[in-house]
Amino acid sequence: MTAAQPLPDPLAGPEGTAAALPEAPRREALYFALRNKKLLIGSAIVGSLLLLGILAPFFFQNGPNERIAPPGLEPSAQYWFGTTQFGQDIFVQFAHGVRSTFLVGVLGGGIGAVIGMTVGFVAGYKGGWIDEILNMITNVVLVLPTLAVLLIIAAYLESRGIVMQSLFIGLTTWPWAARAIRSQALSLSSRDYVDLARLSGFRTHKIILRDIAPNMSSYLFMTFILLFGGSVLAAAGLDFVGLGPTDGMSLGLMMHQAVKWGALQLGVWWWFVPPGLGITAIVGSLYIMNVGLDEVFNPKLREM
Amino acid sequence: MLRFDRVSKVYNVGSFGSDRLTAVREADFEVRRGEVVALIGESGSGKSTLGKMALRIASVSQGTITCDGTDISTLRGNRRLKDYYRRVQGVFQDPFSSYNPVFKADRVFAMVRGEYYRDVPDAQWRAKVHAALETVRLDPQQILGKYPHQLSGGQLQRLLIARALLLDIDYLVADEIISMLDASTRIDVLNLLGDLKARGLGILFITHDLALGNYISDETVIVHKGSIVERGRTEKVFGDPLHPYTKKLLSSVPQFHKKWEEVEAELKAREAADTRIRDYHLPVGQEPPAQLFEADEGHFVQPFPHGARASA
Ligand SMILES: Nc1ncnc2c1ncn2[C@@H]1O[C@H](COP(=O)(O)OP(=O)(O)OP(=O)(O)O)[C@@H](O)[C@H]1O
Ligand SMILES: [Mg+2]
Repeated sequence: MTAAQPLPDPLAGPEGTAAALPEAPRREALYFALRNKKLLIGSAIVGSLLLLGILAPFFFQNGPNERIAPPGLEPSAQYWFGTTQFGQDIFVQFAHGVRSTFLVGVLGGGIGAVIGMTVGFVAGYKGGWIDEILNMITNVVLVLPTLAVLLIIAAYLESRGIVMQSLFIGLTTWPWAARAIRSQALSLSSRDYVDLARLSGFRTHKIILRDIAPNMSSYLFMTFILLFGGSVLAAAGLDFVGLGPTDGMSLGLMMHQAVKWGALQLGVWWWFVPPGLGITAIVGSLYIMNVGLDEVFNPKLREM
Repeated sequence: MLRFDRVSKVYNVGSFGSDRLTAVREADFEVRRGEVVALIGESGSGKSTLGKMALRIASVSQGTITCDGTDISTLRGNRRLKDYYRRVQGVFQDPFSSYNPVFKADRVFAMVRGEYYRDVPDAQWRAKVHAALETVRLDPQQILGKYPHQLSGGQLQRLLIARALLLDIDYLVADEIISMLDASTRIDVLNLLGDLKARGLGILFITHDLALGNYISDETVIVHKGSIVERGRTEKVFGDPLHPYTKKLLSSVPQFHKKWEEVEAELKAREAADTRIRDYHLPVGQEPPAQLFEADEGHFVQPFPHGARASA
């Protein structure tokens, strides 16, 4: 594998000039990525939870809400995470919950990130009247009474799925991201290297994607993680007020049910600890990955 | 011919663009092919702004800049802009901020290749890059594959000159490209500019260093607070300066055997002794017009009151 070999030494000979070709930086990023502990640990945790969410539900015949066991069992060999007061298998719930949590996070966070980044970059780079119009739209969405809108929408919809929920979350949470990215893009657009990219014949979108965005790649990833976490929490909040998916399970819903049926007072810790840890682990590992990515993409940090 | 026709630049500054700053006021001059024009002025006089307008990086507030007859502000669309940049290139003043810090320094070459020389095979491109590096006295082995923060200011600056030379340009805007170089590379780069000129390039050489301007240029343009105060053939401007600001600038070059006070006193005495009223003298108190007066063939000066001394 190429990444395992040491980097070609620029002083070594004519190979050094290969760096003038476009592939080289990517291979180098991979080289550093595979040696970054934070990135490896973070992606290992996220990866295994993701795998659990994708695969585990296939191994259990019963759904997350089915009452198949004696209620209130402690974690055991048969029921790994124990059972709820209603006799539902918490591990099954957890696996389904992780799955939908990832779905909400990726979809909601992804939609929010795409809109927020597009609006932020264009507003910050273009400036002028384009900036003003985009700012106005951003502010309108920002002050939109989200919950009220959702209540109205919910009244017209027959059933709500996780995809609908994610879509709604994604379409309403982007304004802060757009603002944050706009201000960063604004300050980066006045750098000389952006002017040099223009002198090299780069088009606007190419300058944004190739010169401005890479300079804030960890910032962008951070934005996505925050939007991801925000979507997960927003989904949990919606579940709480009864606007969650009409069927299915999420980590937010699990915590909500645990609290609602007095798991805290009854000391049924295995009911609320797994979903809580699950959310924390997903969002936390993404954060650790972000710190690692920062080191991979910022050549100055590598040497410290 | 790269021609500035009464070009002004006004920046909106302050919160909500409440204040306006005139960085360039009705600048009128031209750069012909095969000629070096030195743009000389103190810090903040608007030199870089003029260069950036010629490169279409800053917009022109008033007036027009034409390149071989085409108003460059009419160049819309990526195709036409690219054609323009194929012929007109620039090297910016600050080499450190001219590089994207997350990429290797030689990406500036790759960018040019990606936009202009897609079809050139690797080997041929490599040869071209090496040749360009050769002309700026850079060792490819030491430069390629390094990040900008691993290179010195002088190396970065020469790399940018090499980049501009990859394209077959007709005009070069060189903003303080010598300032970061040590004496020996400085001579190399000056000689390179001489070669380029001989090859028919027109060079706008921006500097605050009078000796450099005098050494290399055919024409000199002196700017002061955004206005051109004097311009003409270099030997005329340097040999027979007319505007008090030019005189002051020329006499403020440090001399080994004299203190500044002596120089200043001499300057004042000479000024006082010269009682002739010239055609380009204005009544005291009148604002100098932006239009220059042709005092001698091809030697222009901004009219000023008789006996005036430029304030520092
Ligand atoms: N983007 C900008 N926005 C507002 N004002 C600007 C901007 N760029 C330059 N200026 C102002 O315009 C004036 C001229 O600046 P310019 O950079 O052209 O000077 P300069 O002659 O190149 O100086 P130096 O020798 O220090 O490089 C300065 O007063 C500067 O503050
Ligand atoms: Mg400058």
